[in-house]
Amino acid sequence: MPLNFHKYASPKVFYTLAGQLIPWFAGATVLVLGYGLYQSLFVAPPDYQQGESVRIMFIHVPAAWMSMFVYMVLAGAGAIGLIWNMKLAEMAATAAAPIGASFTFLALVTGSLWGKPMWGTWWVWDARLTSELILFFLYVGFMALQAAIDDPKRAARAGALFALVGVVNIPVIHFSVQWWNTLHQPASISSINKIGAPAIAPSILIPLLIMAVAFMLFFATVLLIRLRAEILQRERYTSWVAELVNP
Amino acid sequence: MNWSQYLAMGGYGLYVWTSYAVAALVLVYNLLSARRRTRQVRKQLQELARLNRAGNE
Amino acid sequence: MNNGLLAAFLCVLRRDLLLAARKPADVATPLVFFAIVVSLFPLGVGPEPNVLRTLAPGVLWVAALLATMLSLNRLFATDHADGTLELLALSPHPLSALTAAKVLAHWLTTGLPLVLMSPLLATQLFLPPEALGTLLLGLALGTPVLSLIGSIGAGLTLGLRGGGVLLSLLVLPLYTPILIFGAGAVTASTLGLGPEAYLSLLGAFLAVALGFAPWATAAALRISLD
Repeated sequence: MPLNFHKYASPKVFYTLAGQLIPWFAGATVLVLGYGLYQSLFVAPPDYQQGESVRIMFIHVPAAWMSMFVYMVLAGAGAIGLIWNMKLAEMAATAAAPIGASFTFLALVTGSLWGKPMWGTWWVWDARLTSELILFFLYVGFMALQAAIDDPKRAARAGALFALVGVVNIPVIHFSVQWWNTLHQPASISSINKIGAPAIAPSILIPLLIMAVAFMLFFATVLLIRLRAEILQRERYTSWVAELVNP
Repeated sequence: MNWSQYLAMGGYGLYVWTSYAVAALVLVYNLLSARRRTRQVRKQLQELARLNRAGNE
Repeated sequence: MNNGLLAAFLCVLRRDLLLAARKPADVATPLVFFAIVVSLFPLGVGPEPNVLRTLAPGVLWVAALLATMLSLNRLFATDHADGTLELLALSPHPLSALTAAKVLAHWLTTGLPLVLMSPLLATQLFLPPEALGTLLLGLALGTPVLSLIGSIGAGLTLGLRGGGVLLSLLVLPLYTPILIFGAGAVTASTLGLGPEAYLSLLGAFLAVALGFAPWATAAALRISLD
């Protein structure tokens, strides 16, 4: 087992593996996403409180989950790259960032679209949206930092350190924003705020989970595509890449 | 199935459909952006090879 | 060995303080910026005392945040340019300790003056006198944390083009908890509620930052210097 792992840590081997995996992940994404959309748009009944706008939740909540999950992946890959000096892990962090940022963006937009009919304004400083906004800034910071550094090694390591500092801070930020929110929020809104509250009805939970799985599979697919591009670029002076691009 | 009623989504139609449209755009953008990056890198590498060959002559 | 470390720490501290004393303009600029930013708000939202009083805690804290951030470039830039930083990194003493000395010097020349200036600016915004103590204590606890976290960003962006703005982008999201609790403490005081919880949290942030940040900054510097 350890032998196999080290083999796949080689960019060259992983490049081929990723190429084989992409069609499978893509296919799975299409199937699960299709089923998820069917569940979200047709099967799920309207909520007694939110009406049909609950369907926005089936995009917003999985997108928010993904924004957090991808950040963890990014920070984890960065840590592995930093500690074990593994190039492939470094590349994975760089490849994951734009995908995570786009999920965060999606969570923000759908949160806003859900909020307008519910709360009457296009933006509300509720705890979740504010945390998502700060998370978006952390993603952009990561990408900007890496973009500003020419040396790929320094870029990877600096980004990883920043991501780790961010990961440590995220619980603190989340906690602070929650506290801030309960201070300033009128009571009427905080009851609607409890979207993730216990006892979610199965009719809501099932589409949520299916859409979450769909987004995960999508993330895996796009990550593999981007990772292959990163590998080609970082390994461009090797002979195997030269042969691949110019047979 | 009353389509016009369904599309109206109980009055929330604009918000629901915009959400799904934005989601579709985000997913498509991710794919296109990833493919564009791949093309960019390949082009860069081909250019690199061309310069190498030219330098060797 | 402890004696050597302490001596090294004090040496770096003294050097940075001396350098700051020789370039008073570098030290004064963030402070002037602090005053200007606070003055901008009445110009922007009108001079109505009740409005300004409500805004005061947030405005004072945001202005302090921005002023600190502007001054962070000073931390490593000049030493990096003349090679001193490399020498510090090569020394037998832990870089985290030497970094901590630099951050302390930075706070003494930026954060502390901000704290001392704040009552003046607070009166401009009609902050009630009973909240003044909370403002001072909060800033005294918070500004070191700003310097400590900011130093991590400064280490990461060492020598990069677009450094200042990039530094802001990296560091401001990390500053939000300090802002929330610092301004929250002052607001609580104005409402007659006790700021103790907020201030103890700020104290906790400071303790954690003191333990964690110098080490992270040293790691960032090593990444940037290698």
